Amino acid sequence: MEILNLEGTEDTPKIMLDKKNGIFEISGRSLPEDSAEFYRPVIEWINSYGKDPNPSTEFTLKLEYFNTASSKLILDVLSSLEDIKGMKIIWYFHEDDEDMEEAGQEFSELVEIPFEFKTY
Amino acid sequence: MNYIYDLHRAMMAQNLIIVYQGEFTQETTKSILAMAERNLDSSGEESGIKRKVFNVMVESLQNIVKHSSEANAAAGSLVSQSAIFMIGKQPDRYSIMTGNPIKKSHTADLKRKLDELNQLDKDGLKEMYKEIIKNTQISEKGGAGLGFVDMARKSGEKLEFDFPEMDAEYNFFCLKVNVAREG
Repeated sequence: MEILNLEGTEDTPKIMLDKKNGIFEISGRSLPEDSAEFYRPVIEWINSYGKDPNPSTEFTLKLEYFNTASSKLILDVLSSLEDIKGMKIIWYFHEDDEDMEEAGQEFSELVEIPFEFKTY
Repeated sequence: MNYIYDLHRAMMAQNLIIVYQGEFTQETTKSILAMAERNLDSSGEESGIKRKVFNVMVESLQNIVKHSSEANAAAGSLVSQSAIFMIGKQPDRYSIMTGNPIKKSHTADLKRKLDELNQLDKDGLKEMYKEIIKNTQISEKGGAGLGFVDMARKSGEKLEFDFPEMDAEYNFFCLKVNVAREG
């Protein structure tokens, strides 16, 4: 399966989705002008991964900041991960960033996937 | 030439650290954010406060971008370019302020929405956020309808707003969001 690798920019996050090496990560800042357009390839990649996933998947979200339009799309990403067996979310937040910790908790209440919280 | 000095004095009197008026696009948003970040970094502001200010700035700037492109299509560039963005810095708080034209016909709806938000406490805002994010689709303008809710949550204070009249068709939507600097 093709690797999806997008470099981060000042308003879009870094994306690394690599089935073979078991790396699934979205990190950085997310405030694109058109969040639906930006996340479309990510959701498409996940939908195709879901047809033949690895036995277990740790999906890392390590976001420094995201705007509200991105938060809706992050929920869409999480929803697309929801039905994949062996899925687990690793939610990173900066140790003094309570808002990002709370955002992770809210997402974990909205989808049926186990979340593990880690600080950096 | 007196207006240069007058404007300077007015900005000093109001403790404004950034004022921008003109075209609002994603590119200008990024430039304003970068400028404000440098300003907050060099003043050694605490990281939690910095993040909240950044958050409110993004939502308010992107609101103007979305709505000015709409107004632009409807009424020409005069309306789209008459928006303003400001940050004020007081010893006890930052104020993120915006002003942009809004159709009079849209004013009542917006006012009702903001009044409703101002009735809610921390938990009420959280519930509203979750309710909207679960049920909404991204609009054609790219908004999720979460911007004001998020601003109210990050601020922790009431949103201040007013709608002075511009002309027969438009009001000027003024919004002020405070972020406390201490405890």
